[in-house]
Amino acid sequence: MDQAIVQIRELSKLYRHGDIEVVALNSISLDIGRGEFVALMGPSGSGKSTLLHIIAGIDRPTSGRCVVEGTDVSELGETALAAWRKQHVGFVFQTFNLIPVLTAFENVELPLLLTGLSGRERRDHVEAALELVGLADRMKHLPRQLSGGQEQRVAIARALVTDPTLLVADEPTGNLDAHSAAEVLGLLQTLNSAAGKTVVMVTHDPKAAAHAKRMVHLEKGELLNGGGS
Amino acid sequence: MAIPLKYNLRNLRVRWRSTIATALGIALTVAVFVMVMALARGLKATYVNTGDARNLLVMRKGSTAESSSQIERSKVLRFKYHDEIARNERGDPVASPEIIVLIQLDRIDGGNANVLVRGIGPIGLELRPNVKLVEGRLFQPGLAECIVSRKIAARFAHCRVGETFRAGKRTWRVAGIFDATKTTYESEIWTDADEVREAFSRSFYGSVLLRPTDEAAGAALIKRLEVNKDLFVRVLPESEYYKEQTKNAGPIQFMGGFLAIIMSIGAAFAAMNTMYAAVGARTREIGTLRVLGFRRRDIYLSFLLESVLLALVGGGLGCLASLPINGLATGTMSWTTFSEVAFEFRITGELLLKGMTFAVVMGVLGGLLPARVAAQKPVLDALRSV
Repeated sequence: MDQAIVQIRELSKLYRHGDIEVVALNSISLDIGRGEFVALMGPSGSGKSTLLHIIAGIDRPTSGRCVVEGTDVSELGETALAAWRKQHVGFVFQTFNLIPVLTAFENVELPLLLTGLSGRERRDHVEAALELVGLADRMKHLPRQLSGGQEQRVAIARALVTDPTLLVADEPTGNLDAHSAAEVLGLLQTLNSAAGKTVVMVTHDPKAAAHAKRMVHLEKGELLNGGGS
Repeated sequence: MAIPLKYNLRNLRVRWRSTIATALGIALTVAVFVMVMALARGLKATYVNTGDARNLLVMRKGSTAESSSQIERSKVLRFKYHDEIARNERGDPVASPEIIVLIQLDRIDGGNANVLVRGIGPIGLELRPNVKLVEGRLFQPGLAECIVSRKIAARFAHCRVGETFRAGKRTWRVAGIFDATKTTYESEIWTDADEVREAFSRSFYGSVLLRPTDEAAGAALIKRLEVNKDLFVRVLPESEYYKEQTKNAGPIQFMGGFLAIIMSIGAAFAAMNTMYAAVGARTREIGTLRVLGFRRRDIYLSFLLESVLLALVGGGLGCLASLPINGLATGTMSWTTFSEVAFEFRITGELLLKGMTFAVVMGVLGGLLPARVAAQKPVLDALRSV
């Protein structure tokens, strides 16, 4: 394995629903190397999404450490975490989550508004990102004018545009038909192999997971086979 | 850079029905506010326009209005010929002993109202160069003649040239019509002071309006008359007197302000309701923006700004709606003379700016809580909302 970009050590996450405690993650340790394409797999409730959220810095562990490129994400405060996210994580959602009133171009530009880039630089980056996902001709379209597959590709462009350390995808094909799903997975694969992006993808679909270089199975909050594929 | 403004503008456009409904509520409030303030301003301006800074007004000490002042004829004669008072080309002192009485006249459109009759000295008109005869001729003392303002002629029955009306012990004949645009004289009837005293059984004058030879003489005269304990008078520049009378606009301003505040509370709640709905409908967007790296503060400002934009639309509409009344003439009751005062609504740029500020305040008040709710949503919960 290449040098680890994500180091997870004895990570646990407990949820409390009234008096009942639910263990979402139970003392997990896992390394993800630079340039890997990892599929986190498991049935519903296995804790795969929780793990992804912690890696992406939108959830916190109850105990244990999650170090991403030298930063222990579990120790960052709210504001620091927001700043860390915009620099290190590109997030792709199952439901695309584009802002409906903004065009494809404007959606992709959003994360760049948090950087110090000039308008011209932003435009160059956005155009390059949309070009990369094959939607250079759809820049002025609103999300509702795009197909599901196209929307997800715009979302991938938005996740990529800041050139983050990690590309994190939560069931990115869950809302797509087979053809669009194949397109999106192919795109993630290309980004990983050609552009060297580290991709962490949650899926429960073995066909989707097959596009990854490595599969990590979770069940009841624990890793199967110690995180090996 | 924060969340771009176009995000808010387009959201307002997308849910245009609720945007318009809320903006109309704010518009109505701003329109009422601007109109009432325009009314108060118009009234004030009328009073301020009336006074001539060159003239001095002599009233009984302690009086705050001409209507409550009394000065005996003998006292007038004691200072009327002082050297500080200017003389006209005929050598007469430019001083006009005056008296005002209230009479009731029938309105042309039904009902009646109190009208002020001002008895003036022969020189009264010379002291008020902004008042001009536009029809007929001046009244002749001793013949029970009068002149009426253009507004009175237009609003009251029997007030055209040649017509007569009964008041006091006399039947008065209208000899002429004068124009005193934008002053309180526009709501008066003028005739000879001594005839008024006789017809209404008054042994005294109310006040004396006079013109000193110059400013220094004026200051000297004020001193000379006011130190004279025997005379027991108060002397002040006419312009200052009318400035004091602007307090007539007070009750209107108060009522208007009160009404506008009550309405604004309603409008702010409407804005709040709209913004709560907007936050609710866009919870997942809020979560997405947070994941992209926008801070709670960015979300907070964005929603607050959207509420303010919404209010600005309303404020703009409200200002537009109030514009047609600019310059519109109407009348109201004066609280010192209990007669009608005619005036024009006055809308100024400054007043419109105040209206817009008022709208912004409503927007901010309406947006504070919803924006807070939006900013405090936990990212994961927000993302999971449908």
